[in-house]
Amino acid sequence: MAVQALSTAAAANNPLTKATAQPLAGGTTLIDLMKLDVMRPAAIVDINSLARGWSAIEPASDGLRLGALAKMSNVAAHADIQRNYPVIADSLRLAASAQLRNMATLGGNVMQRTRCSYFRDISYENCNKRNPGSGCAAMDGVNRMHAVLGTSDQCIATYPGDFAQALIALDAAVEITGKAGTRSMPFAQLHKAPGSTPDIETALQPGELISAFSVPGRWPRSVYLKARDRQSYEFALSSAAVALDVQDGTIRDARVALGGVATVPWRAREAEALLKGQKFDDGLAQRVADAAFADAKGRQHNSFKIALGKRVVAHALQQAVTMEI
Amino acid sequence: MTAAAPEPKANMGQPVPRYDAAAKVTGRATYASDMPLDNPAYAFLVTSAIAKGRIDSFDLDDARSVRGVIDIVTHENAPKLKESKLFSNGGYAGTTIQPLKSVDIAHDGQIIAVVIAESYEAAREAANRVKVSYTAVAPSASFDSPGTTAAAAKGQNAQFKEDAEVGDFARAFDAAEVKLTASYDTPAQHHNPMELFTTSCAWMGDNLVIYEGSQYVYGLKNGVAEQLGIDADKVRVVNPYVGGGFGSRGSMTPRTAIIAGIAKRLNRPIKLVPTRDQGFTIATYRAETRHEIRLGAGRDGRLVALRHDGAEVSSRPDAYCVGGTKTTTRLYACPNVASLVSIVRADRNTPGFMRSPPEVPYLFALESAMDELAVKLNMDPVELRRINDTNVEPIGGKPYTSRSLMACFDEAAKAFGWSQRSPQPKSVSDGDWLIGYGCAATCYPTQMAPSAARVRLQRDGRTRVEIAGHEIGTGAYTVIAQTAAERLGVPLEKVAVFVGDSDLPPAPVAGGSNSTASTCSAVMMVCDQIRQRLFKAVMPSDSLADKAKETVGISQAPSTQAAKSDRPLDIEKAFDALGVGIVEEYGEWKPEGAPLDSFMAMHSGHARLVGGHQMKDKIAYAFGAEFVEVRVNRFTHEIRAPRLVGAFAAGRIMNPRTARSQLMGGLIWGMSSALLEATEIDQRNARYVNDNLADYLVPVNADVPGVEVILLSEQDDHINPAGVKGLGELANVGTNAAICNAIYHATGQRIRKLPVRLENIEA
Repeated sequence: MAVQALSTAAAANNPLTKATAQPLAGGTTLIDLMKLDVMRPAAIVDINSLARGWSAIEPASDGLRLGALAKMSNVAAHADIQRNYPVIADSLRLAASAQLRNMATLGGNVMQRTRCSYFRDISYENCNKRNPGSGCAAMDGVNRMHAVLGTSDQCIATYPGDFAQALIALDAAVEITGKAGTRSMPFAQLHKAPGSTPDIETALQPGELISAFSVPGRWPRSVYLKARDRQSYEFALSSAAVALDVQDGTIRDARVALGGVATVPWRAREAEALLKGQKFDDGLAQRVADAAFADAKGRQHNSFKIALGKRVVAHALQQAVTMEI
Repeated sequence: MTAAAPEPKANMGQPVPRYDAAAKVTGRATYASDMPLDNPAYAFLVTSAIAKGRIDSFDLDDARSVRGVIDIVTHENAPKLKESKLFSNGGYAGTTIQPLKSVDIAHDGQIIAVVIAESYEAAREAANRVKVSYTAVAPSASFDSPGTTAAAAKGQNAQFKEDAEVGDFARAFDAAEVKLTASYDTPAQHHNPMELFTTSCAWMGDNLVIYEGSQYVYGLKNGVAEQLGIDADKVRVVNPYVGGGFGSRGSMTPRTAIIAGIAKRLNRPIKLVPTRDQGFTIATYRAETRHEIRLGAGRDGRLVALRHDGAEVSSRPDAYCVGGTKTTTRLYACPNVASLVSIVRADRNTPGFMRSPPEVPYLFALESAMDELAVKLNMDPVELRRINDTNVEPIGGKPYTSRSLMACFDEAAKAFGWSQRSPQPKSVSDGDWLIGYGCAATCYPTQMAPSAARVRLQRDGRTRVEIAGHEIGTGAYTVIAQTAAERLGVPLEKVAVFVGDSDLPPAPVAGGSNSTASTCSAVMMVCDQIRQRLFKAVMPSDSLADKAKETVGISQAPSTQAAKSDRPLDIEKAFDALGVGIVEEYGEWKPEGAPLDSFMAMHSGHARLVGGHQMKDKIAYAFGAEFVEVRVNRFTHEIRAPRLVGAFAAGRIMNPRTARSQLMGGLIWGMSSALLEATEIDQRNARYVNDNLADYLVPVNADVPGVEVILLSEQDDHINPAGVKGLGELANVGTNAAICNAIYHATGQRIRKLPVRLENIEA
C-alpha cells in the first residue's frame, strides 16, 4: 500500500478522489481501524503538508474560524476560545488523552468513527455499517455504550466525539475542499443518521476534505458537560453542549446538543424552543430535558442513558445560567 | 526521605532505589520480545469467532497469496504435542484445552490457525484473510445460561481440600439475635499486563531457547519439554524482565509449545506477538463469582454464626477455582462456621490466578457483609472488627503467627480522620457531590516455597547472585541484592543479580506473594554458607571459636555459629587466609513443613507452596485496613474515589520504597476492581466484548489523586528466615468492599454487585 503526500486538495490529480483512498492527518482513528482490519484503504494520502494553510485559529468579533488541521490541544488552550467559546474549549479538553489531543486534528476528530465493539471486531459478520445488509450484532448484544437517539432498525452505533456537539450547537458551518474547489455547508448536514444506510456516515464525497469550520457569533455563556465512567480519557456516556444568550434574566437564544447518546452529533431543537424567551428555573430545565429525550429509545443495557441524559442536560443548563462571564 | 521512599521503621530495610530503575526508565531493559533473533519468522494467530462447535473448513487461498507468507498451520498440519495436565493436578498448564488438535472449538478466541510469514505485517495481513466455515452450537456463557453444570469444588479440584466448617452453624444462626443474609456478585476480569502474551522460540540443534514473559521459568521449561516430548534440560526459558504478570504468566499457556513445534519444523526462530484482544482468550482471567453470606451476631456484635457459599465459573474440562472460604471462614472469631464452594462449568476458556485470586472476590462478600452487619447493629464498622478480632483462627484453633489487623485499622483510621465521620448515610456533601467514607479489612496468606540460589563472592567484595526468580515489576532484583549485600557485608553497588533464566538455580513461581520470602531466605542461607567458609579460614583458634559460642550458642560448629550471627567479617583477610580468588556456594532452602519431595519438585517445575492456613500448628497471614472516600455526583451519578488510605503489616519490610509502590498499586487496582474493571460477556455467544484497553477500563491518573500507604512495623519469627510475609497481593483485597461501604455511606444505597457504575445509583 502506498502512502502519498498531498500538496493541494484542489489539484485535478488529487489521489483522494479514488473511493478506496483515505486521508491521513493525526492518524489517531485511521491507524487503529487499519490494525483491526476494519478499514482497508488501498492508498493513504498524507494531508499534513496542508497544515500550513489549514491550521489557523482565527477568532474575530463576529465569529470564529478554525482550520481543520489545527490540533485539538492548541485549540483547547487558546485564550480567546476559552473566553468566548468555553463549550468548544471544554469539548476538546475533555476528549481523549493529552497525547492524542496533541496529534489529533479538528477535521479528523469530527470524522472519528463509532466505537461500537461489534463494528470494530471483524469476526462479527453482522454489521450493517461494515457489511451493508448483514444485520446488527449490537442490537441485542452488549449495548450499554450505544445510542438512544437517531437510531434505526439497522444501526444503533453511537457517534463518539465531543467537539462536534459544540459545533452543531453553535450553528457552525463546515468548509469542504475538493478538486472542484471549496464549498460550505451547515455542520448539521455533515453527518448522516444511519437510517437504512448506516454505511454512509457523512456527506463528504470522494476527494473532499474538511478544510475549516466557522462559528458565527460569540458564546461566552456556554458549557460542555460530560458524564463518563472514569475521570479522564474516556468516551461520554452522556454529554451536553449548551450555549445561552441571557439578558436581564430572560433567555433570548439557547442551543442544546447531545453527545454519547445519539448516532450523530445531535441538536435538540425542540428543547431549545422551550427555553427561548423564558426565565430559567428547575421546572423549565426538567421540561427541556424531557423534550430533548422525547423520542429516545433504549435497549437492554443502555436505557439508563435516557434518565442520565436528562439530568445531564438539566445540569448543564443550570451551569450555563449561573456561570460568571 | 520522600513519600516514595518512606523512612524505615523497626524491622524494615533501607528504601534504596530500584536495582533496575535506570534500565527501565531509559528503555534499556530487555523484555522477551526485545531479544534479538537470528533471521526470525513471524507468527500471527487466528482465533475462533465462535465459542462452541466445530470447524468445517478453511479457505486459505487468499491468505496464502499474501507476499511473504511461509506457512499456515491448522489442526490439519499442526505439530503433534503431548498433553499437559492442569497445574492443580500435577501438571504445568493453565488449561487442558489444547488448540490445533481437532476441529472442535471449546471457547471464544481459541487458537485455530497460526500464520507464519517473513514479517509481522505480512503474517497479520494473511491472518485477516483466513476464511473459516464453522458449525456453531449455542454455548453457555455464564451463571444464568442454559446448559451449565454445577457441582461442589471438593472432589474435582485437588487443591481445594475442604469446605471449612466448625460448630453448628444452622442452630447458631437460627438462635442469633441479629441476622444478615446477603448475596454478592463479582465480574470476570482480565489481567491485561502491559507486555502482551508473546513468545519467541529459537532452536540450536536439539536445544530450545524460549524468550517469554513468565512468572515461572522452571514451570514453563518443564511444561514445554513435556509437551514436545524432549528432555527438560534441552529447554531454557529467558526473561530478565517481565512486563507485568498478575498471575497471568504463572502457568503455561498453549501458545508456547505450538510456536516451539513450528519453529523446529521450519528450522527458524519464530517470534509471536499476539494482539491485546487475543490475550483475553489465549491466557487466563479472573472468572465471575457469586456469594451468599449469612452472619448471626449477638447485640454486642460478637459473631455467633457465619456461613459463606461461593460459586465460580470455570471451563468445561477444567475445575479451576479459587475457593476463598479458606480465608473468610478464619478471619474473625466465630464458633459456628459453615461454607461451600461450587464450580459452574460454561463454554469459556479456563480461568486462572489473578492478583489475590481467592481474597479479592471472597473478601468483597465478607467485608461488605460485615459493614451491613455494623449498620444493623448501629455499631462503628471498625469496632465490629475489633470485637471479633482473634489471635486464633476458629476452624482449626491454630494461633496466628502474628496479627496486626486492629493496629492497621487504628493507624489507617487516624490518618484518614475516621473519627470525624458521622455514621448517618447521606450526611456529607460538597457542592454537586455526595461524600461517603468506608473501610474494610484486607489479609493475604503468608506463603513460602523451596528455592535454590548460587552466590559468588570475590576478594574485592564483588558479588554475583544467581537465582531463577522473576522481576515482574515488584522489585525482586532490588530486595535480593539488598539481602546479599547485608548478609555478606558488601556495598550494595557491588552486588550483581541475575534472575529470569531457567539455567539459574530454581526459584518458585512468582505467585502467591511468596517470592521475597522464598528467594531472600534462600539467598540468606547461601550467603551464610559463604560466611561459614570464610569464618573457617579466619577462626581456627579456640579463642575465636569460644567467642563465637558466647554470642550465638553452642549447638553448632564455631564457624557455623559465626556465619549465622551478625558478626562482621573481614573478607579480604579471609580470602588471603583461604588463598583463593573466588568463593562460590550453591544451596537449596525449604520452608518448615515443606513436603519431602519439595526439592525434587522444585527442579521439575512444581512449586510446593506452604503457609497460610495449611501450616501444621499455626496460621500465617499478612493484614491491613483500608479506608476510602467516595464521591457520587448528584446529577450524573458518576462515582469517584479521590482518597484511598491503607495501613499494612507484613512482617519484615525489605525495602519501604518498593513495598509502598506495590501496596499503592494494589489500592489503585482494588478501587478499579470495584468501579471500573469488568470483562463484558455477550450472553448470546459467550464471547468477550470489551477485549481491549479502550473499552476495558483501568484507572488513569485523574482517578487516583490521593493514595496513602502506611507501613506498620511488625516482626514475625515464626514464618521464614527472612521474616517476610509477602505483600504483593495484600492491598487490592477489601478495597472493593470499602468502596461499596463508602457508597452506602454517601447515598444510603447498598450495592452488592461489581463493578458499580453510575446506572447502579438510583436517583
